[in-house]
Amino acid sequence: MELLGLAFALQVLRISVPYALAAMGGTLSERSGVVNLALEGMLLGGAFSATVGSFYGGAAAGVVAGAFGGLLVAALYAWVVLRFGADQIVAGVAINLLALGATRYLLKLIFDSASSSPSVPGFDGAGWAGLFIALTALCVVAIHGWLMLTPGGLRLRAVGDQPAAAHSLGVDVLAVRWRAVLAAGVLAGLGGAWLALDNHGFVDRMSGGRGYIAIAAMIFGRWQPLTATAACLLFGLADALQLNLQTTTTLLPREWVQMLPYVLTMVALVGVAGRSRPPAALGTPFGR
Amino acid sequence: MTGPAAIGAGEGGEAAALSLEGVTKRYGALLANDHVALEVAAGQVHAIVGENGAGKSTLLQIVYGTVAADAGRLRVRGRDLDLARHSPATAIAAGLGMVHQHFMLVPTLRVVENVVLGREPRRRGRLDLDAAAAEIAALGERHGLRVDPWRRVEQLTVGEQQRVELIKILWRGAQTLLLDEPTAVLAPTEVGDLFAVLRSLAAAGKSVVLVSHKLDEVTAIADAVTVMRHGRVVARLAAGTSSAEIASAMVGTDAASQLTAAAPGARPATASRQAAAVLAARDLVVPRDGGGRGVDGVSFELRPGEVLGVAGVQGNGQSELALALAGLLPVRSGRVLLDGIDVTAAPTGERLARGLGQVPEDRLLRGLVPAFDLAENALLGRQPEFTARGLLARGRIARHAAELIAASDVRPPDPSLPAASLSGGNQQKLVVGRELSRPGLRALVCAEPTRGVDVAAAAGIHRRLRQAADSGVALLIISTDLAELRRLADRIAVMYRGRFAAVLEAAQASDRALGQWMTGATA
Amino acid sequence: MRTRAATSIAIALLIAMAAASLLILAYGQSPGHVYAVLLGHTWGDRYGLGQVLFKSTPLIFTGLAVAVAFQAGLFNIGAEGQLLVGGLAMALVGARCGGLPAPLAIGLCLAAGALAGAALGALPGWLRARFGAHEVINTIMLNFIAQALALWLGRRFFFVEQTVHTPAIADCARLPALGLAGSAASVGFALALLAAIAVHGLMRHTRLGFELRALGQSATAAAAGGVAIGRAIVVAMALSGGLAGLVGAGTVLGYKGYYEEGIASGSGFMGIAVALLGRNRPLWIVPAALLFGTLAHGGLAVNALVPKEIVEVIQAIVILAIAASSSDLQRLAAQGQR
Repeated sequence: MELLGLAFALQVLRISVPYALAAMGGTLSERSGVVNLALEGMLLGGAFSATVGSFYGGAAAGVVAGAFGGLLVAALYAWVVLRFGADQIVAGVAINLLALGATRYLLKLIFDSASSSPSVPGFDGAGWAGLFIALTALCVVAIHGWLMLTPGGLRLRAVGDQPAAAHSLGVDVLAVRWRAVLAAGVLAGLGGAWLALDNHGFVDRMSGGRGYIAIAAMIFGRWQPLTATAACLLFGLADALQLNLQTTTTLLPREWVQMLPYVLTMVALVGVAGRSRPPAALGTPFGR
Repeated sequence: MTGPAAIGAGEGGEAAALSLEGVTKRYGALLANDHVALEVAAGQVHAIVGENGAGKSTLLQIVYGTVAADAGRLRVRGRDLDLARHSPATAIAAGLGMVHQHFMLVPTLRVVENVVLGREPRRRGRLDLDAAAAEIAALGERHGLRVDPWRRVEQLTVGEQQRVELIKILWRGAQTLLLDEPTAVLAPTEVGDLFAVLRSLAAAGKSVVLVSHKLDEVTAIADAVTVMRHGRVVARLAAGTSSAEIASAMVGTDAASQLTAAAPGARPATASRQAAAVLAARDLVVPRDGGGRGVDGVSFELRPGEVLGVAGVQGNGQSELALALAGLLPVRSGRVLLDGIDVTAAPTGERLARGLGQVPEDRLLRGLVPAFDLAENALLGRQPEFTARGLLARGRIARHAAELIAASDVRPPDPSLPAASLSGGNQQKLVVGRELSRPGLRALVCAEPTRGVDVAAAAGIHRRLRQAADSGVALLIISTDLAELRRLADRIAVMYRGRFAAVLEAAQASDRALGQWMTGATA
Repeated sequence: MRTRAATSIAIALLIAMAAASLLILAYGQSPGHVYAVLLGHTWGDRYGLGQVLFKSTPLIFTGLAVAVAFQAGLFNIGAEGQLLVGGLAMALVGARCGGLPAPLAIGLCLAAGALAGAALGALPGWLRARFGAHEVINTIMLNFIAQALALWLGRRFFFVEQTVHTPAIADCARLPALGLAGSAASVGFALALLAAIAVHGLMRHTRLGFELRALGQSATAAAAGGVAIGRAIVVAMALSGGLAGLVGAGTVLGYKGYYEEGIASGSGFMGIAVALLGRNRPLWIVPAALLFGTLAHGGLAVNALVPKEIVEVIQAIVILAIAASSSDLQRLAAQGQR
């Protein structure tokens, strides 16, 4: 019965925040034609820099630092992928490995620990968390509106579908993609900041595959901000159920619940292939 | 026709709409544009003609800034543009607009969104599409370019999409319109509509530069004609020049005489019409990519040694027919018979094993693996022949490749070169040679056998195809080149909207008769 | 082309080394000293060498797995999951092999591992062939699914009470150690070498290999050449998964003697790096895997001086640098063909 309570709903929201932020970043990036498996690394980079920021300057500084950390990871990814035309899948996986190794190295360098940072100021009380959740929701709506109703959004969609057409009309394809990937970094970095500050510190491998879940949600939501967010909530619900099932029931093995988002995504992908399409130029480098 | 008068105006006091000098572009060893000069007057329709690979499209792309020139000068309405820093953005700013051969449209966006892209009207930061939609409607009214601004581009017909392209550049205030092969994708009736639009634009003082290799169209619309060959301007002709004159300028007098000498009219009928059909189609219906029917009930029978030509305006189902016969497109209904055996559901590999050969329309897409070397490409599609217990027979493959390269006169004759490094003609010689040397070849489906191939190589390919027919192979030759069909085929079927509108004896198939069937005029 | 490839790899390694030196300096150590220690403890003594071979073994298998798929134009990001189910299958069969002659027992174990991996690889291949669902996302999803599934199966049915590992395999199913000063290196490394040679032969000298390469270079031309595309995609992914499924030869059969939660984790993703460094050529994958194996063990050896995580950073930078320097050309060439 407690599953239906307010606390449970809040827990679902809390879990969904980093998913939604990363999925928004993924949506922007992929709608512009850039595959973004590097979300995982951006989340991790964001979480770590948020911890460092909060350690030295408090929670607010942590949030800013988190966004900056994600931006930094995104800049490296964008540079390799957009400047050099590196394969986006390979580069994404490499960025994730890099973020993993680099955060561990820095954990030792800065905090002299192999597994976790000391406790840092984080989100205490409902105020902070509520604000962050509200801002996330606002962010989703704003991105949806921007994408569908503004010149910038139109250009981004055009660049992801037919970059040559956009280029022929004087749209700077690479500039649009750069901005999209950097925005993805900021959003995923904020998602990472939430992870770290909600937990009052950084833990090795803290992103724990959430970047991939965000990609799954984005695909499940067919590259649309609103439906992708709905998918994030669904996956957050699955997570919350799993956490609660662990303690309450053995009806459904929790490993099965754990699998749920991934299985759903595969099913969705099979369905998507026939009906809705990913951006046509997804993963294809653009050069003159 | 304003012809000579318009040219005179361009040379007079008024600045030309567009003028080029010494434009040069090199791709490796190929000189695509060699010191090209061009002058287009305001209010003029100016055609640039030439064979495939003459450098026409490259020139247009240089003017529009999508290809960077190595050297040259570009003036637009009296203003010098820096070619080194030229880009579509500067071209648009200078009043140029281009309709690319492959449309530059975003299919998932609406018409109005495609039109405003890159120059979006906004109100308080938001897109303001309503005003643009009204302007599009007005433009359409003025120049006969009717299209619903709110529809998605992917739902439009090809002709409508071309109108969107024109609206797009007019809406940007283009004074000079660059059109790359604008009629290649259009049905004959649509060509007429397009020309009316272009005339109306010229009358409104705009200049039109169009690239084409279809001479009859050029003579119908152009005020002035520039002829290009091998990257150079070889002739400047005024309106009223006959197709024949333009043609001889295009191919060069020597080649032209060769062509006429090589055209014996109809082939002597060697086909034995009593023998059983080798390749047959019965009421074949093949879906088209994006809905509808590509092939809509085609039937034919080909006997040994018989050559059936398929003529038609591009996009009337010829591609789908070739692919379906090869087993590369699923058939909705009807049957394909190879030596009397129903192969409608058989995979491509089985058809090849039963003696079907195929020369695909696009050699780089389906005929060759461009990154593979010549030896591997000689093997492609024939790998079962050269396999023993799963292993490739390297020695036999090497011998086969060497023989094929020698017999087909592929140059350079080095089996270890990647196919991508060969010229189009040599690539095509390799494909044709590979298919014709299939052991047990019964029938060959051959699409555009000499497209983009130089004259000498084309003559060689024609000779080999004729030899194959003489030795009893049944040939289905799909081509948009009527001269080619008349030279090779016994009968010519005209394909129109997915059907064989008529099947004529090659000897009786005049250009006029074929043209009427091709445009559906006699239907 | 060959010299270009060699140059781009050399540049990538130099960039990675420069980055590593910076990280070492930042930690207050001398790069030269750290490199010397690293080399000394890897190629400098028999134990170190053995550990390098041990660490390289899974990487050869996963590198081959990624390379085979890639040659067929497919991306297998799922080696991580495939090696997991392969290892579990090996351990389960191995535990029930008591009394069989060793070659038979080992053969059965290897077959089980390869089959399990192949099945998990074939699934996304089939989804791609049948529904056009992209294999990259599906293989990533299957990594997580395989992880959860293996854990559930283990906990529910197979793991030894209070542990996260299966019962020990029969002695006859164990691969003999190479006898390098008590290191974990086993005959599994030799099997990996054999696999590399076999894959090389398959891709260069068989009809299947030719057809898979044709598919990878041009699916349309391959189809016109009579290659059954759907079947070829499934076969390529199954082959790839099967190779990843053999990772347990080194870890399960050659070292631990049982399947354990988290065994060989990471080598699936690292296989992408190995394949990239080895330019997707089976024989080049061996030295590439040895390099990464050296770094993996060397990182442990220098952990007293600097964090071993530097190695992870270097590996990632190698991948990024190669990806950045190599695909430029390939992509442009591919675009030119359109």
